[in-house]
Amino acid sequence: MLENYLPVLIFMAVGIVVGLAMIVLGFVLSPHRPDNEKLSPYECGFEAFEDARMKFDVRYYLVAILFIIFDLEIAFLFPWAVVLDKLGVVGLVAMTLFLGILVIGFIYEWKKGALEWE
Amino acid sequence: MGFFVDLWNALPQDLQTVIWILVRIVIIVAPLMLLVAYYTYAERKIIGYMQVRIGPNRVGPRGWLQPIADAVKLMFKEIVIPTGANKFLFLMAPMLSIAPALAAWAVFPFGPEMVLANVNAGLLYILALTSMGVYGVIIAGWASNSKYAFLGAMRSAAQIVSYEIAMGFALVGVLVAAGSLNLVEIVEAQEGGIFHWFWLPLLPLFVIYFISGVAETNRAPFDVAEGESEIVAGFHVDYSGMTFAVFFLAEYANMILISALTALMFMGGWLSPFHGWPLLGPLFDWVPGFIWLVLKTFVFMFLFLWFRATFPRFRYDQIMRLGWKVFIPITIVWILVVGLAVVYRLPWWFD
Repeated sequence: MLENYLPVLIFMAVGIVVGLAMIVLGFVLSPHRPDNEKLSPYECGFEAFEDARMKFDVRYYLVAILFIIFDLEIAFLFPWAVVLDKLGVVGLVAMTLFLGILVIGFIYEWKKGALEWE
Repeated sequence: MGFFVDLWNALPQDLQTVIWILVRIVIIVAPLMLLVAYYTYAERKIIGYMQVRIGPNRVGPRGWLQPIADAVKLMFKEIVIPTGANKFLFLMAPMLSIAPALAAWAVFPFGPEMVLANVNAGLLYILALTSMGVYGVIIAGWASNSKYAFLGAMRSAAQIVSYEIAMGFALVGVLVAAGSLNLVEIVEAQEGGIFHWFWLPLLPLFVIYFISGVAETNRAPFDVAEGESEIVAGFHVDYSGMTFAVFFLAEYANMILISALTALMFMGGWLSPFHGWPLLGPLFDWVPGFIWLVLKTFVFMFLFLWFRATFPRFRYDQIMRLGWKVFIPITIVWILVVGLAVVYRLPWWFD
């Protein structure tokens, strides 16, 4: 059972190694002649006048929070979906109720304008 | 020859297993890399012809060596790390995007027996790894310390997480229909001809999954994250040489992954479209399943390019509206519809 997951683990390591190897290769093969202008952050030819880590729109934050709720919901649906065949109507009704509660929250956020981007 | 056999037998059992797994990983990754290289070539050629140009035709006959030349060029380009950047994160970001794009193939079945790790939580693993990609993007944008990169990363992250919800719900629909997380069993649940596959009962989910896939990979028409005309290149504006190439590879590997998964979950994977048909069925019996899978994958890969050549870029508010206000409600409703069909054993698919 668990040895089935060994290739998965090795594959992840290979993925990281491939990325690392390519970047190291790039460093080894490419020239390295830095100067002040070249190393300045790109801003269409202007000098960057302030730190780029500035304030940003709160709606991005809102989207992230909403995402957590819905993603948890998906994680919760996964085991249910696998055994729905055996749960039958009871399982379906239970999940309909659960999704219904989520949808009420969804309608609320929609009406509150959390999904507007104008 | 005999020497190598002796050497192999002298190795400890565990090491033999690991080497054998590594060999099989290389058998998956090497053709994948080649496919990525020629996908970029195909993209330039196909979009070229769609715009009545001929595309690359200088390096090698008909431009066939173009991707090789591109790779060599990128390898010898200087890697610039901007002064304001956070060095460690700056270099970690490309690795964080390529590793999941490759590792997701670990559980991908290329045929009923051709799978590296036939794990029962295959789909869960895929969902987890495709979600990892967003970290590469947001870390790259943050570490660059450039305004364009930062804006691109913010947009991209919000877009990716929004579409991931629709994508996740579409996967749940597939799960309900197949009753298993194992990718081999998901294909086997679609046993039969083209009208038995899940694209028909799950039609809305199929369309939503693929469109979300296009949005997840930040491809046109959802490419506001790198909109050339507004924020130059978005999150990877400050990357050069191989660091850029790794992002590029990851994006194309992800496109291939999305295409292959769509073929697997909605288009019957390696099953023949004429399976069980009176006349055409036996006629196409000799075609190996792998060929069918590859053909189906290529169709979706072509769609990615076709979209890019045809559609103008969406506005950001339109993207968010499509994701949250159209896709999520449709998927939630359709999960319940599929649930009903499964519980009451709708004939043809779920009996």
